[in-house]
Amino acid sequence: MAKIKGDIVINVERCKGCEVCIASCPFSVIAMTKEVNGKGYHYAVKVNDDCTGCMNCAVVCPDGVITVYRAKVTTE
Amino acid sequence: MGELRLMKGNEAVAEAAIRAGCDGYFGYPITPQSEIMEYLMAMKPYETTGMVVLQAESEVASINMLYGGAGTGKMVMTSSSSPGISLMQEGISYMAGAELPALLVNVVRGGPGLGTIQPSQADYFQAVKGGGHGDYKMIVLAPASVQEMADFAKLGFELAFKYRTPVMILSDGAIGQMMEKVELFDPIPRRTEAELIEQCPWAATGKPKNRDHIIITSLDLDPAGQERVNLKLQAKYRQIEQDEVRYEMISCEDAEYIFVAFGLSARICQKSIDLARAKGIKVGLFRPITLYPFPVIQIAELAKKVKGMLVVEMNAGQMIEDVRLAAGCSLKIEHYGRFGGIIPAPDEVVRAMEKQIIGG
Amino acid sequence: MEEQFAKLDIRKDENIVYKRTDLLVDRPLSYCPGCGHGVVHRLLMETLEEMGLQDKTIGVSPVGCSVLAYDFMNIDMLGAAHGRAPALATAIKRMWPDRFVFTYQGDGDLAAIGTAETIHACNRGEHFTMIFINNGIYGMTGGQMAPTTLPNMRSSTSPYGRDTSIMGFPLKMTELVAQLPGTYYVTRQAVHTPSAVRKTKKALRKAFENQKNNTGISFIEVVSNCNSGWKMPPVQSNKWMEENMFPFYPLGDIKIDGVLVTPKAETVKE
Repeated sequence: MAKIKGDIVINVERCKGCEVCIASCPFSVIAMTKEVNGKGYHYAVKVNDDCTGCMNCAVVCPDGVITVYRAKVTTE
Repeated sequence: MGELRLMKGNEAVAEAAIRAGCDGYFGYPITPQSEIMEYLMAMKPYETTGMVVLQAESEVASINMLYGGAGTGKMVMTSSSSPGISLMQEGISYMAGAELPALLVNVVRGGPGLGTIQPSQADYFQAVKGGGHGDYKMIVLAPASVQEMADFAKLGFELAFKYRTPVMILSDGAIGQMMEKVELFDPIPRRTEAELIEQCPWAATGKPKNRDHIIITSLDLDPAGQERVNLKLQAKYRQIEQDEVRYEMISCEDAEYIFVAFGLSARICQKSIDLARAKGIKVGLFRPITLYPFPVIQIAELAKKVKGMLVVEMNAGQMIEDVRLAAGCSLKIEHYGRFGGIIPAPDEVVRAMEKQIIGG
Repeated sequence: MEEQFAKLDIRKDENIVYKRTDLLVDRPLSYCPGCGHGVVHRLLMETLEEMGLQDKTIGVSPVGCSVLAYDFMNIDMLGAAHGRAPALATAIKRMWPDRFVFTYQGDGDLAAIGTAETIHACNRGEHFTMIFINNGIYGMTGGQMAPTTLPNMRSSTSPYGRDTSIMGFPLKMTELVAQLPGTYYVTRQAVHTPSAVRKTKKALRKAFENQKNNTGISFIEVVSNCNSGWKMPPVQSNKWMEENMFPFYPLGDIKIDGVLVTPKAETVKE
């Protein structure tokens, strides 16, 4: 059986912690960390496995820090 | 011999611009120079050379259209008169700061404020000392004839592109309106896109793969960077001061007294020389042609040889400051001028020389 | 911190469905966290990349927060004086008719000092694209009132709220320019949700396609947040924008293909 699975890679050093991506994700994949990056911003990370690669987060990110992957994955 | 025509000064500069291969004129009507744009519109150069002629909504828009065109390497031009040139000062400063070539024509009228439509020379300070903000200069050419109105269009564009700087033709209402014989140079075709890019590798024309993107701006928020820009500009201005001084000397070889005058005033002084010499006064005329760069060395040398200089200019005394600075000695240097568009008569000027310089 | 939930079997180049366009210079943007400028820059550059226009585009940037737009856009650009971008673009497009030309301006630039240039470029029907970022405030200079600041909205020069009896009414430039025959496509969009972003991208694409046909001005207003100027966090500022800016500046097409869109009795919400 094939299923669409997605993954995102967040450029942590460019993220400014604006949180607009969080509001846009239909599957609550993203949350803010308690850590800060080199500029002192809290940044976004994945907190679950439910990403479908819908690109909502990437498309709405003001700094373009998110790269989105998507593939059909066959699960037995 | 080039084509001969009887033309108005304003028409001559417009015709010369077309022949020089100008790409675009952007201007706004104001007396006494509206004929420049009217002539261009009537000639329809878009149909012959492809030159764009556009009446802008204001002088502010005009100078910014120039900035846009010049930033892409195009040969662009505007014209206006004193109050309109005041409106352009910000744009001129921006173009000097961004090192952009352009030709501006100021057909000076009486001021200050709305003033009068009659001729004056009271924009010397504005043109030469920088009417806009910051440390910059424009090359300033002062025509004294309709022929020079035509010739300086070509020269102005050449200097503008040689040094990547705005160039101003500082004319006046009389030269703009009077009619004289002009010998027009043969037309030069407008540059092709390839020629433009070769001549202006610094211009923003669309980023190809083989170079970084080009940014045309006068902004540098980093003070060290902005200082570098200024140092570069200053070096350029020293070069211009060294290489581009232009002037004319008439009857100065045996002169004891000198008229110093530019533009229309120089024409008047030519007659004044005849009148004075008929009275036995040995008078000559020193006519700066480039007001910036000012003929400092030449004035200094002349100052050592003569007994006095009368600076004749239709203003309250502007170029006289540069003459005094250049002379740098205790020579008697006085000013004579009229305001509000009144043009002094040749005999009036002779009387001034007698009273203020010789008599004293 | 180790990255959890990484799906390394999917993370292969052939599976990339979205990445930051190369037409954005690879450097951090100087805009505040959550600012709409970043999104519009990205959409504009994506559009130019997809249409293959990098070597044919000349952009004009304003004075305002996006004064440094030329540092982020990997195309040839000119930085205009405050408000004057449409004048620059007029000359550029007329003398380089085969190039794709756009202006990118904020509300102070386009609707205060630049009002004459805006109206006249639209009135002459110039063939370039105008992008108007409207956040109802002057961001770069510290949050002063703008021509598009809403009634009763606080700013640093209207600290008690905009009093329309003294300070005038907000200026709806987009509706104004739509009345001029020289404008061909006039629309108002936003970039705060994925659906809004996708619509704005379509609008940009349409504008640049229009430029191929010398149709006259394509004018795209993007109502954006300014969380710094409005003094609230980004997500909250987007909500404030929905509740306050959109009713005054309604989203949607105002003019398409030279024809004014008749307003619907009800707005259809997504």
